[in-house]
Amino acid sequence: MSSDRPTRHPEQHHAQREFALQYHAPGTREQAPTQHLLDRVSSLRTGLLAFAALLLLHAVPAFAVSPTNIFDPAATPARSIFSLSMLILSVTLVIFLIVGGLLFYAMVRFRHRKDDSLVEPAQIYGSNQIELSWTVIPILIVVMLFLSTTRVILETEAAPKPANAVDVTVIGHQYWWEYRYPKWGVVTANELHIPVSDPKSPTPTYLEMTSADVSHSFWIPRLAGKTDLIPNRINTMWIDPAVPGLYLGQCAQYCGAQHAKMLLRVYAQSPADFALWIKQQQQLANPDLSANPLAQEGETVFLHNACINCHTVSGTVANGRFGPDLTHLASRDTIASGPIVNNPQNLRQWIADPSLMKPGSLMPSMHLNDHDLDAITAYLTTLH
Amino acid sequence: MTQTAAIPFNGTAETPWVMPNRGIVAMWCLIAAEAAIFIIFVVAYLYYIGKSLSGPYPSQVLELPIFGTICLLSSSITVHAAVSAIRKGNTRACSLALAATVLLGSIFLATTAMEWHHLIYDEGLTIKTNLFGTTYYSLVGLHATHVIVGLLLLFTTLIFSLGGKVREEHSERIEVLSLYWHFVDAVWVVVFLVVYVLGR
Amino acid sequence: MATATSGLEAIDQTRSAQPPRPSVIYEWLTTVDHKKIGIMYIVYALLFLVIAGAEALLMRIQLAVPNNHFLSPQVFNQLFTMHGTTMVFFVGIPVLFGFGNYLIPLMIGARDMAFPRLNAFSFWLSAFGGILLYLSYFAASGLYGAGSAPDVGWFAYAPLTARVFSPGHSTDYWTLSVLLSGIGTTATAVNIVATAFCMRCKGMILTRMPLLVWLFLVTSCMVFVVVSPLTAAQIMLCIDRYLGGHFFDTQAGGSAMLWMHFFWIFGHPEVYILILPTFAFMNEIIPVFSRKAIFGYPAMVAASVGIGFVSLGVWAHHMFTAGMGPAGNTFFVFATMVVSVPTGIKMFNWLATIWGGKVQYRPPMMFAAGFLFQFLLAGLTGIMLSVAPFDWQLSASYFVVAHFHYVLVGGILFSLFAAFYYWYPKVTGRMMNETLAKWHFWLFVIGFHITFDLMHIPGLLGMPRRIYTYEAGRGWEVWNMWIGIGAIIQTVATLIFVYNLVHSYFRGKEAGPDPWDAWTLEWATTSPPPSYNFAVEPTVTSRRPLWDLKHPHDTDSSYE
Ligand code: HEA
Ligand code: HEA
Ligand code: HEC
Ligand code: CUA
Ligand SMILES: [Cu+2]
Repeated sequence: MSSDRPTRHPEQHHAQREFALQYHAPGTREQAPTQHLLDRVSSLRTGLLAFAALLLLHAVPAFAVSPTNIFDPAATPARSIFSLSMLILSVTLVIFLIVGGLLFYAMVRFRHRKDDSLVEPAQIYGSNQIELSWTVIPILIVVMLFLSTTRVILETEAAPKPANAVDVTVIGHQYWWEYRYPKWGVVTANELHIPVSDPKSPTPTYLEMTSADVSHSFWIPRLAGKTDLIPNRINTMWIDPAVPGLYLGQCAQYCGAQHAKMLLRVYAQSPADFALWIKQQQQLANPDLSANPLAQEGETVFLHNACINCHTVSGTVANGRFGPDLTHLASRDTIASGPIVNNPQNLRQWIADPSLMKPGSLMPSMHLNDHDLDAITAYLTTLH
Repeated sequence: MTQTAAIPFNGTAETPWVMPNRGIVAMWCLIAAEAAIFIIFVVAYLYYIGKSLSGPYPSQVLELPIFGTICLLSSSITVHAAVSAIRKGNTRACSLALAATVLLGSIFLATTAMEWHHLIYDEGLTIKTNLFGTTYYSLVGLHATHVIVGLLLLFTTLIFSLGGKVREEHSERIEVLSLYWHFVDAVWVVVFLVVYVLGR
Repeated sequence: MATATSGLEAIDQTRSAQPPRPSVIYEWLTTVDHKKIGIMYIVYALLFLVIAGAEALLMRIQLAVPNNHFLSPQVFNQLFTMHGTTMVFFVGIPVLFGFGNYLIPLMIGARDMAFPRLNAFSFWLSAFGGILLYLSYFAASGLYGAGSAPDVGWFAYAPLTARVFSPGHSTDYWTLSVLLSGIGTTATAVNIVATAFCMRCKGMILTRMPLLVWLFLVTSCMVFVVVSPLTAAQIMLCIDRYLGGHFFDTQAGGSAMLWMHFFWIFGHPEVYILILPTFAFMNEIIPVFSRKAIFGYPAMVAASVGIGFVSLGVWAHHMFTAGMGPAGNTFFVFATMVVSVPTGIKMFNWLATIWGGKVQYRPPMMFAAGFLFQFLLAGLTGIMLSVAPFDWQLSASYFVVAHFHYVLVGGILFSLFAAFYYWYPKVTGRMMNETLAKWHFWLFVIGFHITFDLMHIPGLLGMPRRIYTYEAGRGWEVWNMWIGIGAIIQTVATLIFVYNLVHSYFRGKEAGPDPWDAWTLEWATTSPPPSYNFAVEPTVTSRRPLWDLKHPHDTDSSYE
């Protein structure tokens, strides 16, 4: 730490200051345009206020409308993060106001004025007491922040798993999500269905996550913080929304060309709805196509093309695992991991050339003719 | 103008002004940087011990390179001898010690080469085979690269020395070189422990 | 004018001793003079700043509205990779080492760096690295498929960099250029340490060394221990890509986490390697324009060393979402938060330096003022990120992008601008135009705040980084539009700055040796200094030799 040194008084400097002036280019000092500073500050203030008002006008609706606002938590992990973040935000805000305020005060109060004497100000080299105090106070703040952080880390990461938790395996793929429900033998893609969790008898969903290729990250801001899906490694997280509904998010770890269109959709359903959904997903996709010749033809096209190397339709020879499971494709709201609404036109266009809607996606265009496209679309729309 | 002389200010220095030798400072810096590189490779090695999905495994194929190790470590003594000799102005002894160092270092390098030959052609272990192969060849290879660089420098110095161009006033340069060589030896001790003792 | 009053005998000697000049280009290409090398570093970094800034501008245009088709995803991904890599490796490091090269020998009263030829070598190595990176645009897919810059992000997570996921050679260009610049950086760092330890003029014991030199010393020591891991990791990546190794090959049991650790062991301290030299500029500029000695010199040194040490143990705060488990997370939360203590000491010491001074708002000080506020805020968003659970939400979102641009632009770039205005007269002998400087300052401040204040908000609303487009209705549109407008204002400001640099070189006022009435040795020689810096090697007896000279009856040395 610095040694305590005596403070010099400005009076002592008068003579030397004169000398210094001669020594230097005369007039350097007078050029300092400090007087304008305050005027500028005040006109700046008006401008800033107007700008702030404009922002507020934007901010309120944006926060209200956003389905991915981290300050609108809907599950326990997101909620505990939310309250912790409020604490952190207020502590840092106070620090900012104090330190920033002092800085601002010093910069305005101690500015060089036109009518200032030419004397150099008192030279102060340091002070042990003051320096000690601004070492100790931050240490105390840090300890406080650290302890409250640790609590939330443990609450979230070391929470005991209830017996009736739902297990889902999540596997990230270059630009889509695979979901497996080992207990029910259900495999689906891109749209995660989970039961809501009644706070009185919680049924949280535990996600076991890994990746088939590169790293991805699972992030539904309203439910929980993100967790990475890393190949050759298993991470876990849990979510427990209490209100049924659709929760959005998207991949948050850069994973290649279409990282941007690797969206997440979580459907939280009442236990009854969820059970129904599971039941439906468990069935084989054996639609009766006799009434629908086009779809029947589509099935043939599908089964005789390379589609089956990459896609599974349970109950048929198609058992590829490179692309999403299509067994119940028609039961999904979107295709290609979220960005495209699942309707026959879109489906047809997707199959015709995936790179039009999702350039860089790993599904190739199969160069089917119009008729085959119609047929295959008709077939896929029967896969409920 | 009352005062004109700006530099030198206040003229007289109290004590003689001695600064450390920049070559030696720089070599210590280089050693710090190189040590960090080796640490990373060692960490990767340790991390992947036992993680190979398929053989051959270290316990099946590695043997302790005792002879090479003895040679390399004794070369530290000879390089030290070279430095002390040149400090005393004894150029002949310096050349002799340098020659011994080069010889010992080369023997070490030869044992490594033989070991690699054995592993590649008899055991079928290459850098592509498995994690062990990747980490083993990288770490040992990184060290061997340093040995080669050191040998080249030592050899060049030896040539100069034989030509009578290395004299007492160059002792600090020889010392810089010897520092590097000691470092290469010290790294070998670590590599030896990690690869042949812990890793088996 | 100033020349007339300088009255420095040494300078007069200096004048008469100018040697005749050989061909200019030849002289620059073969120079081993630390000042010329410093200038080359700076010019080359400025060139890359404009390139990387233009890349940022393109990204902002693409993101200004949802579902934009201005850029394809591949091009966008290349842009942020090139922008980040360029800014960190080919703007930040070279410009800082450029200033270091130029200033350190002058400030310690030496005639050159310890190893002038090594110095030239490392410059050309770094320069070649930068050129190599941009060659990828022409060569990375061979002649038939030109135009494939690397697109793996500036931290190039494994296994995206493996041959299967990054075919072609673009990633190799990334690796090799970063590797080369890393070696160049390490060599420069060796040089700086040797210079600071072995080349100081008489009387300049370590505790009298200017803070700038101290901070460069700390930075350089950090370079040894943190750039080397990056070098090692890049060698491993090369082994994987060229020799078929498995370091980061998850199919063969390799670990993706290992790369993350290795990269961030480098990557985190790297950001302090970038910020410490800018602290160094502040340590010189704030006292001079407050007309006061720096407050708490020993504490400033200790805090810098402290930051250096602590920053070595915090890297995994970039990996809070990678599933390290509660123990790992807690440790790194604590370590990260601790950095705020020495950083706070610096902040408060600057405040105390200003306190009771007579602050002159000349251009360097204006940028310094901007720096102080912006760095404070940026540090505080850093503290938010260091709270692991909060980071689970914020990580890899635009909030992080806002945090680090606040430090990198609001901190580093601002203090760099300050340094430019401060030392330009020394380097060229001419003052920069103050009216243009004010335009530059105010436009940049406004553009900066519009862009990067607002950038926090989409992050809070769930917008991940590195996405080339987004759909409407997430509450992100307005912000992205404004962010783009701010970026355009910054561009205009930067253009004014570049114009000012060129304009003042020819039209600027003569500066004289010491236009700011400053206190360190570089102001004791002519502007620009002669190739040998000082005709007579100086001797110092305090931290502020020129203060002592200007106040012979009240010298600093009488207080030591
Ligand atoms: C120069 C660059 C720089 C600097 C100085 C900092 C400084 C800090 N950074 Fe930042 N950071 C980056 C550049 C920088 N950062 C970059 C580039 C990334 C992203 C990389 C990428 O992903 O691409 C990043 C990302 C990053 C993350 C990871 C986010 C994520 O990806 O999930 C975290 C998390 O902890 C973090 C924290 C901090 C902290 C705690 C500081 C601290 O050092 C700040 C300390 C300063 C203060 C706190 C203010 C002054 C102090 C006081 C006034 C004292 C009182 C205060 C208290 C007691 C709190 N940073
Ligand atoms: C020192 C470091 C530095 C600096 C100064 C900047 C400066 C800027 N950065 Fe950068 N940025 C990074 C380091 C830096 N950045 C890093 C490390 C990343 C992470 C990369 C990754 O994710 O891998 C990043 C990522 C990054 C992103 C995120 C991309 C993404 O995740 O998708 C964005 C988006 O807005 C951005 C914007 C900007 C802008 C608008 C500026 C502005 O401040 C720039 C202002 C300067 C100029 C505008 C230059 C002036 C230009 C001219 C004078 C030429 C004009 C001419 C024409 C246009 C013809 N940066
Ligand atoms: C080389 C492998 C491959 C082949 C062959 C292939 N697909 Fe795909 N398919 C994919 C991948 C990968 C995706 C996920 C793309 C994405 O979201 O980025 C996909 C997605 C889809 C989807 C959207 C699924 C969903 O749930 O979002 C449909 C429908 C589809 N493919 C149908 C077909 C049809 C029909 C064929 C044959 C004509 C076919 N695919 C051939 C790999 C393939
Ligand atoms: Cu998957 Cu980003
Ligand atoms: Cu960091």
